[in-house]
Amino acid sequence: MGAAIIEVDNLTKSYGDVQALRGVSFSVEEGEVFGLLGPNGAGKTSTVEILEGLRPPGGGRVSVCGLDPQTSGAAFKQVIGAVLQSTALPDKIRVGEALSMFASFYTHRRETGGLLKRFGLEDKKQAFYSQLSGGQKQRLALAMSLVNEPRVIFLDEPTAGLDPQVRREIYDIVEELKKERKTILLTTHYIEEAEKLCDRVAIVDQGRVIALGTPRELKQRSAGTTRIELRLARPEPDGALRNLEGVSDCRASDGEYILHSTGVPRTIVALVKHLEAQGNELASLEITAPTLEDVFLELTGRRLRD
Amino acid sequence: MRHAWTLTKVRIRLALRNRAFIFFSLIFPLGLLFLFLGLGTRGAAARVPYFLASVLALTIMGSFWGLSVQLVTFREQGILRRFRVTPVGAGAMLASSIFSNYIMTIPTVVIEFSVARGIFHLRSWGNIVGIILLVTLGTVTFAALGLIVASVTNTMQETQIINQILWWGFMVLSGATIPLPILPGWLQNLAAFQPATYLVTGLERVMVGQVGVLQLAPELLSLALCATIAFVVSQQLFRWEPEAKAPRRAKLWAASAVIPFLLLGFWENAHGQLRADAHADYLSIQQPSRTDIPR
Repeated sequence: MGAAIIEVDNLTKSYGDVQALRGVSFSVEEGEVFGLLGPNGAGKTSTVEILEGLRPPGGGRVSVCGLDPQTSGAAFKQVIGAVLQSTALPDKIRVGEALSMFASFYTHRRETGGLLKRFGLEDKKQAFYSQLSGGQKQRLALAMSLVNEPRVIFLDEPTAGLDPQVRREIYDIVEELKKERKTILLTTHYIEEAEKLCDRVAIVDQGRVIALGTPRELKQRSAGTTRIELRLARPEPDGALRNLEGVSDCRASDGEYILHSTGVPRTIVALVKHLEAQGNELASLEITAPTLEDVFLELTGRRLRD
Repeated sequence: MRHAWTLTKVRIRLALRNRAFIFFSLIFPLGLLFLFLGLGTRGAAARVPYFLASVLALTIMGSFWGLSVQLVTFREQGILRRFRVTPVGAGAMLASSIFSNYIMTIPTVVIEFSVARGIFHLRSWGNIVGIILLVTLGTVTFAALGLIVASVTNTMQETQIINQILWWGFMVLSGATIPLPILPGWLQNLAAFQPATYLVTGLERVMVGQVGVLQLAPELLSLALCATIAFVVSQQLFRWEPEAKAPRRAKLWAASAVIPFLLLGFWENAHGQLRADAHADYLSIQQPSRTDIPR
């Protein structure tokens, strides 16, 4: 891995009385896909928007490509690419026009025809922005973020609100960029996205980084524990299941129980005995390896999408 | 400057695809032209310059409305913030508003002159240099005022309310619809405090009185000053983000754009010729002359 291209050191930010960031630190190396994973309101977008130069930091220090996003002005904007959340283009702008216009703003630019082709927008070149589907708009946004061959690409929730098929399209695009060794900072609240796309992930919650590492490293935190999801014919009090043999943790939500077990066979036997004694029955049972969701649950006591 | 020009070209294309724009910048002014020249001149060519000056002024003043609405729409829809992560600055964005508006106002002005000449028998073009200067400075000034409106309002609703108030002030208190000389004296004095009056009187003077450019100095200078201040203020107050609210200092900044007109108004009321000039030009529509009837 190369040198750090993004550095974030003890970053803070408040909006009025609300402390959005309470000392966020991480660094991203050149060629790396780095993910900020966390629930809505965790501070992901604030962090990214500070790195993009859209918001001033409250405290701490950030640098992108060795530049200060706040003070480096146009020189900084020349080297970054961004897919923002909640943005749009004028309804009556044509796809080709939009891409050429954005390309014209940069000294170092890519040929736009190639980008349109790559993002499957060739036959939409003459279409108005308002005529595009959600997925097409997002692909155009991605194409636009690449017009200047940026050194760093920021993708803020690039798949939020898109249907699963379109989401997979976007994943493919990011995977391709990853193969080209592009540096990407991505925010998401989808576990799958972070696990699939990111070289390293920082789990963010309530304005803090609560865990940081490769998806594998993070999951190894839960190593030795296995996840058991079950549904029962009748509800059980929480405590009853938590006290079963081998269970390190038990949570209930929507009639589903999630147990974390350090010894699955023992737990299963104990569970069956317990249910028999109670006259209760299993409706379903699933045993899976831990995911980043479990890591988050373990660290915060909450589910990611609560 | 390069960015401003790129944006200008794109914005002209966007405007031409917008039906509301075509209506307000072409159909509506032409409607006014036929209304004013048709009803006002009653066939007397000598009265054409006076009414044409009014229509030109209204066409130019309309700039502020479209521009403020467009900029607020761009901000509310999150379009502006996409430009913020590019090397485009606020100055380029605002300048493109003014350039594109100017370039698109010219054809309307040319059509108005052509109709006045071809259908209503306008006999002389007037002082062409003076007309070009006034149309240019006027369009830039009122566009810049639109940018100020966009920068001090937070929502489209607020923008429309302020626009309505300003538009009625510009229309009624400038001589563009009701000739200044028939307003009560105190309203005439009040009219000297707003930019629209200088545009209307200036246009009347070059078209009716055919005065030279040097004699237009008060009008030209006041419009140029207003345009400059309005541009600087709107650049200072420019907001890219939909959720960013106008800061408290915004109203102070906006008020500072009014200062030159306060000074000018006081000066004009004490020493100026505005009322006398407006009256002299007004006489052109008061004296019917048989020789005016078109051959």
